[in-house]
Amino acid sequence: MTDSFAVQVRDLCKKFGSFTAVDHVSFEVGKGEIFGFLGANGAGKTTTIRMLCGLLLPTSGIARVAGYDVYTQSDRIKSSIGYMSQKFSLYDDLTVVENVEFYAGIYGLNRDRKTALKRTREESGLGDFWNRLTRDLPLGWKQRLALTCAVLHRPPILFLDEPTSGVDPISRRRFWQTIYDLAEQGTTVFVTTHFMDEAEYCTRLMILYQGRVIALGTPAELKAEYKKPTIQETFIHLVDR
Amino acid sequence: MVSRIAAIMIKEFFHILRDPRSLAIIFLLPIIMILLFGYAITFDIREIPLGLLDHDRSTESRALAQSFAASGYFRIVKILSNPSEIETAIRRREIWAALVIPADFEKSRQTHAVQVVIDGSNANTAIIIGNTAQALLLDYSLTRLQTPMNPLFRIEPRILYNPALKSTNFIVPGLVAVFLLMVCALLTSITIAREKETGTLEQILVSPITALEIIIGKTTPYIILGFLVAVAVLIFAKVVFSVPFRGKPLELMVLSLFYIYASLSIGVFVSTRVRTQQVALMVSLVGTLLPSIFLSGFIYPIASMPHFLRILSLVVPARYYLQIIRGIMLKGIGFNELVWYAAVLFLFGSVLLGISIKSFQTKLEG
Repeated sequence: MTDSFAVQVRDLCKKFGSFTAVDHVSFEVGKGEIFGFLGANGAGKTTTIRMLCGLLLPTSGIARVAGYDVYTQSDRIKSSIGYMSQKFSLYDDLTVVENVEFYAGIYGLNRDRKTALKRTREESGLGDFWNRLTRDLPLGWKQRLALTCAVLHRPPILFLDEPTSGVDPISRRRFWQTIYDLAEQGTTVFVTTHFMDEAEYCTRLMILYQGRVIALGTPAELKAEYKKPTIQETFIHLVDR
Repeated sequence: MVSRIAAIMIKEFFHILRDPRSLAIIFLLPIIMILLFGYAITFDIREIPLGLLDHDRSTESRALAQSFAASGYFRIVKILSNPSEIETAIRRREIWAALVIPADFEKSRQTHAVQVVIDGSNANTAIIIGNTAQALLLDYSLTRLQTPMNPLFRIEPRILYNPALKSTNFIVPGLVAVFLLMVCALLTSITIAREKETGTLEQILVSPITALEIIIGKTTPYIILGFLVAVAVLIFAKVVFSVPFRGKPLELMVLSLFYIYASLSIGVFVSTRVRTQQVALMVSLVGTLLPSIFLSGFIYPIASMPHFLRILSLVVPARYYLQIIRGIMLKGIGFNELVWYAAVLFLFGSVLLGISIKSFQTKLEG
C-alpha cells in the first residue's frame, strides 16, 4: 500500500452478532478528493465511517487512514482526522466560543490559541454569535459551528456523516462552499448524504446497499453506466431494483 | 495531556454553573435532610403516650405508674377504666402502649404479671417500648423488695463518645457519606451518560484524547463539588446541632479522598454500562444510594442483618467510610486505626475503575 491515498479499504467487514453491517467493502480515496458515500438508511455508511475514525473495531479486512492502520494506530489516525457526526454533538449549554475553546483544548492547540481563535472567528463567520449559547443558534449555524470545531486542528482528512440533514438550502449551499474550499486546500473530504444534488458535487461516489458496494465512480461515470440523467435516478435504479 | 484534561474540566464546570437549579439541589438537599433527621426523624424515643389501666388503685400501683411517668420515657396521657378501651385508644393512636396493673398488685407479694399492651404497627418503637417497660419494671421491683437488697450483679453502662445517645451525632456522619456518594457516583454517571446520549462523547472519542483523560477531566469537578458539599454539611451540623468533631479535620479530608475515589469509580462504571441519563440515574440510585443508606450501618446495624445481606454489605463503600467518619468525628481516632478502611476503599475503586477504563472506548458500540 502506498501513502498516495488518504483512505484505503480492502474487504472491510463489521458484524454485530449474526448481522453483517458492512460486507467486504473495498475502495480508495485519493488526497484532496470529495468522496461521496450514498446509501439508504441502514446501508452501513455510519458503521463504515466509525470504523475509519477508530470508534469501532472492524471484524475483518484492511483499512488504512492517512497511512495508519485502524487496528493498531487509531491514536495516530485520531490526530489526522476531523469528524462530524450526523447528530449535532456540541455542547448546547456552552457558548460558541466556549465550544471552540474546548475543541482547541482537546486537540492540544494551546500554543497560539489567541490567534487561532481570532482567525477561526473571522473565517467561520460565527462572529455575531460568538458569545451566544449554542442552543440558541439556528440549526444551519450550529452545523457551521460543528464543522468549524471539526477542522480546528486542520486535519488532512475530514469525515462528515450527513452534515446537512435538516438544514435550509441557503445554509447547505454555504456549507458546501466551505467543503470545496477545504478540498482545494488539500483536505480529503469523506461525506455521506441523502441529498442527490450534493452527490453531484462530489468528485467520486460510492453507493452502498445492505453493507455491500454496488457502484463506485465519478458522478458522470455512474450516470453514463446506468444511462440515467441524474444521480438521483441512478441511485433509485440501483437501490430499488 | 494536561491541556486536554483542563479543557474537559473547564467545560464540566461550565455545565455545572449553567445549571443553577441542580447546583442548589446539591447543596440544599443535604441541609434539608439534616434538619429532618435532626428534628423530626429522631430515633430517640421519649415521652411515649401511655394509657394506664389500674385495676388495683392502691398506693403501690400509683407508685409504679408514677415511676413510669417520672422516667421521662413515658407520659401517661389517658386513664382507662376497662380493658376494651385499650384497643380503641391504640387504634385512635391516642396511646402507643398501655400499662395494665392487676387488682391484687399491692396485697399479693408474689410475682405479678404486669401487662404492657403495645402498638406493634411500628416494630421498631414496639421493641423499644417493650424493653424500656421491662427495665423500668425491674428497677421498680428491686426497690420494692421487702428486704431491700442490691442485686448480685448489675450493669453499669458508660457510653463512650455519645453519652447522651443523640441521633444527630451518628446521623450527620452518615449523611455526609450518602451525599458524597450521591454527588460523586450519581452525578458522574449522569454526566457521562448525558454525553453518550447527546453524541458529544463520540465527538470527543474521535479526538486524540484517552479514556483516562476524559475520566480525570470529568470527575475532578465533582470531587471538588463533593468536598464542598461535605464541608457545608459538617459546618451546618456543627453550628445547628453542635455535632462534635473530635479528630483532625485534615485526616478526615485525606481519608475522604479514598471514599470519593471509590464513589467515582462506581459512577464511571455505571456510565460505561448504560446509554441514557435516565437509566444511569436509576442504576445509581438503586445500586449505590439505597445500599449506602440501608446496608452500610448508616441506620441499621450490620451485625443484625441476615447473613446474606452482611456479605453484600462488604461491597458497599459507605460501610467503610462510616467507620472512618464516625471514628474521626465522634471517637477522635485517626490514620493509625483507620488506614485499613481506606485501603479497602482504594482497592474497590481501583478494580472498578480498571474495568471501566478498559471498556470505555469499545463500549461505544454497545
